Amino acid sequence: MNKVEVRNLTKSFGDLLVLDDVSFDVKDGEFLAIVGPTGCGKTTFLNSLTQIYDIDSGSILLNGEPVNLKKHSLAYIMQEYSTMSWLNVRQNVQFGLEIKGFSRKEVREKAERALELVGLTQFRDYYPNQLSASMLQRVAIARAFAVQPDLLLMDEPYGQLDLELRFKLEDELLNLWRKLGTTVIFITHNIEEAVYLSERILVLSNKPTAIKETIENRLPYPRSVTSEAFVELRNRVTALIKWW
Amino acid sequence: MEHSGKVAPIIECRNVSKTFKNKGNSLEVLQNLSLSVRENEFVVLLGPGQCGKTTLMNIIAGLEPATSGEVFFQGERVAKPNPKLGMVYQTTALFPWLSVMKNVDFGPRMRHMPRKERREKAQHFIDLVGLTGFEKAYPIKLSGGMRQRVGIARAYCNDPAVLLMDEPFGHLDAQTRYSMQDAIERIWSREKRTVVFITNNIEEAIFLADRIVLLTNCPTNVKKEILVDLPRPRDYVSRGFLKIREDISKIFEITK
Repeated sequence: MNKVEVRNLTKSFGDLLVLDDVSFDVKDGEFLAIVGPTGCGKTTFLNSLTQIYDIDSGSILLNGEPVNLKKHSLAYIMQEYSTMSWLNVRQNVQFGLEIKGFSRKEVREKAERALELVGLTQFRDYYPNQLSASMLQRVAIARAFAVQPDLLLMDEPYGQLDLELRFKLEDELLNLWRKLGTTVIFITHNIEEAVYLSERILVLSNKPTAIKETIENRLPYPRSVTSEAFVELRNRVTALIKWW
Repeated sequence: MEHSGKVAPIIECRNVSKTFKNKGNSLEVLQNLSLSVRENEFVVLLGPGQCGKTTLMNIIAGLEPATSGEVFFQGERVAKPNPKLGMVYQTTALFPWLSVMKNVDFGPRMRHMPRKERREKAQHFIDLVGLTGFEKAYPIKLSGGMRQRVGIARAYCNDPAVLLMDEPFGHLDAQTRYSMQDAIERIWSREKRTVVFITNNIEEAIFLADRIVLLTNCPTNVKKEILVDLPRPRDYVSRGFLKIREDISKIFEITK
């Protein structure tokens, strides 16, 4: 079954055509990575899916029907920090849980677990302006993980984190994905990350963005970034998008 | 000193410690750190986030005093900022009201270098970082990667003996980062200078360094030094590259 169906999606900003007649499906429970050159419109796609932007033409269906943010369980981790400055760390993470109507006790417990996961337990009473850039991103990650969404949209979520934490959260994401059967759409500039995480990689072209190639990634989990098969796949994807 | 040989190091840190005190709390950031850098060497300081790398850089640059220990630059004790040490920052500190050309030739202008001479010099470095054609543009019109290029050209234009670069590509996306690493490698090969480069990115360190100094977490000290003996420009997925990467990951206990 398809979780997401994108049909003939077209979006422009004024004269600038960003997405040009893009169509693809994401299967239920699939881990899809989307890569492409810098500035190719990857973020625009997620912003269209979540209805932050109106699209010009085409359609995006979730579970076979138009996206309904009240009904569908999805979480979106944006590239730029999206914490609410008037709420402390704990309240930021609890926000989604409260909207979903969990009991007070459950809200507390789930938020605590998510904070522990990203290593922010001792900062739960801090406000966003007291935190570093990587900590802010961890708040957003905890908030998304806490609600255990069945569609998780991630836009370059680990770009600013140091390596150790990035690896830890990548593995944690894989655990979450397998345990909960979450469908994940993961956008990244980092080809190694895409090859490490995903089951399928969508390679986008430069603007106006179209799908250049779809690559199945059948390397068994857990993957080793230094194995020959891994390096080969990484080189193949790099060659498709290299502009530098 | 392992690397000094007969030639005196251009930078030498001897038992540098730094403690920050704040309302009765004290945080020891650097502990008895010793380090030396040879002339024209490309040294990368690699360590986890928030481990005091920037503090060490500021002390070397004379922007901040050490609590104890000493730093020597060309054999003299560092006590105040020295224009022979050029800095490139994490976030580019460009002057938003000045064009690319005027940002780059700022240092020579302050030293009253004649216009023609300083413009030629600035043009040379603007060309070198790949910004030819953007001389008249203002910083706001430039992408993040381009702004960092301006910062690098400006630092070079001051003729520093040493360039201190503090995570200059930390805020750039992975692909722009690769392009900047290529640029730095190219510039360094053509304009030999001593470079001390801070990063938390293992690939970046191996791609650029003659020698990598691995730092421990707070309080910071030198954990290990690794000589990178691979031909330049380096290939991120060559066997030798991946081997060093694996070694470093093991030292930092990053399992993957």
